[in-house]
This record gives sequence, C-alpha cells and structure tokens, in this order.
Amino acid sequence: MNSAEALIGTIPLSQGLMVAGILFALGLAGILIRRNLIYTLMCIEIMMNSAGLAFVVGASRWQQPDGQVMYLMILALAAAETSIALALVLQLYRRFRGLDIDAASRMKG
Amino acid sequence: MLISFYICSAVAILATLLAIAGPSPMHSLLELIVSLLAVGLIFFTLGAPFAGILEVIVYAGAIMVLFVFVVMMLNLGDETVQQERSWLKPSAWVAPAILALILLAELMQLLLTRPEGTAFAGGKVVGATEVGMSLYGPYLLAVELGSMLLLAGLIAAFHLGRDPEGR
Repeated sequence: MNSAEALIGTIPLSQGLMVAGILFALGLAGILIRRNLIYTLMCIEIMMNSAGLAFVVGASRWQQPDGQVMYLMILALAAAETSIALALVLQLYRRFRGLDIDAASRMKG
Repeated sequence: MLISFYICSAVAILATLLAIAGPSPMHSLLELIVSLLAVGLIFFTLGAPFAGILEVIVYAGAIMVLFVFVVMMLNLGDETVQQERSWLKPSAWVAPAILALILLAELMQLLLTRPEGTAFAGGKVVGATEVGMSLYGPYLLAVELGSMLLLAGLIAAFHLGRDPEGR
C-alpha cells in the first residue's frame, strides 16, 4: 500500500491540529480566567493533553511510532508534574486555608 | 468512519468548556475525565490504540483520580454532607452524563463495524509492538531520563507532602 492509498479517507492533518489547538486555547483561557489553584492545574493538564494530541495526530499522519513515543514522554512529565503540584497545593492549603492563587503572592522569602 | 473523529472532538471540546466554566472543582474534574476519555477515543480512531489505552489508564485513571483525592481531602468538614446533597441535582450531572453516553454509543458502534487491520478513520494502525520497539530502540535514553524524572517527582512529592507539624 503506497502512501497515497493509505491516506484516502483519513482525517486531514489540519483538522486534527485544529482540535488540538482549540483544546490548548481552552486550557489557556481557563488559566487566565480562574483564580482557583485546582483549576489552574487542571488547565495545565488540558494544555499538556492537547500537546500530546498534536503529537499523536502527527504520528497518525506519517504512520510512524515516534509521535506516540513523544506522547508517552508527555504522559510521564504530566504524572510527575501533577504529583509535585498537588503536594504544593496541600502545603498551600495548610498555610492559607484556601486555594486562592493570589494568596501565594503574600508569601515572603 | 470519519464522523467518529468529529463526534469525539465535539465531545472533548464541549466537556472541556464545561470543565473550565463550572463553579465546583469536583464537577469540573468529572467533566475533564469525560474530555480525556473523548481524546482517548480520538487516539483510537487515529490508529494509535496504545496511546489511547494509556490515555484512559494513566490520564483519566491515575492523574485525574489523584486530583479527585486531593479535592476530597481539602473538603473535609461538617458542611460536606449538605454540599453532597446539593451537588446531586440533575442539573449537575445531566450534561456530563449525556456526553459520556455519546462516547459509549460511539464506542459500541465502532466495535461492531470495525474494519480489519485499519484504523477506524482509515490508515494503518501503529500498535503497541511498533511503539515498544521504538521506545526501547532509538529512544532508550529518553526512557531512562523519563524514569529519573518520575523518581525525582516521587521524592519531591514525598518531601513536600509531609505535614511540618507531624500530625
């Protein structure tokens, strides 16, 4: 099967990237409009996930496993980031009794 | 089968919109889980089943459950029961339930009409074997670095998560 045959009936690259871009923009908008730390972290997850989606769309377009390998790297990064960030959220909650992100700007040192 | 990709994308975008616009963190987390499941189904339709499985297991299964645990830990108090009661209104769960039902119906339809050896949206399936061969071949160094990153994350989470007063 040559590449021209393989691409008949597949999703155009631009549409997959459009979905990834819309998800990324939604995550960015969420970071900008929400003041709650949990929401900020969720929006970071949305943005990382959309980056992974873009990699997998690329892997599907060229039918190579490399994009999926990069997706696995993003997955490991997201897991490490989430565990550390949630531990920080717990510490911040113990200190300020709330999840307002502006409370952290009162910290000194 | 191209339509399945568009349905999944619409569900993912709608669920993400609901997630970032909702007032309650727990509801937003559940809607975000629906969104991640939709992205996992997009991976399946694109012919990347390994990435789709990992999306469901690791993202929706592990990372989001970690979020849910932390939100539940921060919500301890007397008003929790009252809050739970007010959260169980139909307006809270109808939208994510409908989105999840769309995903389920689409999954059933895809499983019933699956063409052999090709991805749902056409094209070749790049399965777990090829990804694994690539992962432990040319990308071995990246795997090692990823394992060190996870170890650093483990140690940092252990250190930061301790209660300073030792309760």
